[in-house]
Amino acid sequence: MSTAVSDRIEKQVLLRAPLSRVWQALTDSKEFGQWFGVRFDGPFKTGAPISGRIAPTTMDAKVAEMQKPYEGMAFNIMIDRIEPKNLFSFRWHPFAVDPKVDYSDEPTTLVAFSLKEVPEGVLLTVTESGFDKIPLDRRATAFASNEGGWSMQVTLIQKYVEKTA
Amino acid sequence: MSDAGPLSIASLADGFDISRQAISKHLRVISDAGLAKCGRRGRETVWQLEQDGLAEARRYLQTVSKDWDDKLRRLKHFVESDS
Repeated sequence: MSTAVSDRIEKQVLLRAPLSRVWQALTDSKEFGQWFGVRFDGPFKTGAPISGRIAPTTMDAKVAEMQKPYEGMAFNIMIDRIEPKNLFSFRWHPFAVDPKVDYSDEPTTLVAFSLKEVPEGVLLTVTESGFDKIPLDRRATAFASNEGGWSMQVTLIQKYVEKTA
Repeated sequence: MSDAGPLSIASLADGFDISRQAISKHLRVISDAGLAKCGRRGRETVWQLEQDGLAEARRYLQTVSKDWDDKLRRLKHFVESDS
């Protein structure tokens, strides 16, 4: 489920797992990297930048195949807030996948994860905002790198999850 | 550009403290990204946004939205599996 206006995206997902489990999966850089698909160089620290490299998922050979073109690419984020076990946020450059480009001076979007404990587990809300600042030609790159890439993953991951559930 | 329909470089430059060459350069970048196209109106070259600004913003957000769906599925699988 998502709502979209021109500047932000909001997603909600119910995770049937304890609050501490979800919090760790988000704020432990090794665990975050595992599902996100990045190998980080160290831990997440409030207000500090952290570098890493894109590392294709080990969860599915087909999906890993599609992520191959981006493997090893630099991936840098700036940690914003870590408020246990409630809010975790960082800034990044969305779709910064052109190796010839130095994105460091470009606008970032803010990604915020907020956690709410519910009877079934944790209701996680992810909000990414600041898209209006992203230049037009960067957005076009996002379409190009998305074609046949990430959207295929969604179908495969879904199949995978259903098979292994 | 999005409100007024096709515009020549002269009319795009009008009211901006920027040279026509600079505008041409910007238009080429946007055009290479597939977001603007040029055509002819009589003897003039005119430019138009390939898409309405809002539709373009929506399409981009759909791309990002799908990407997040994918990542959140992986997170869900990751936290819900026994290990």
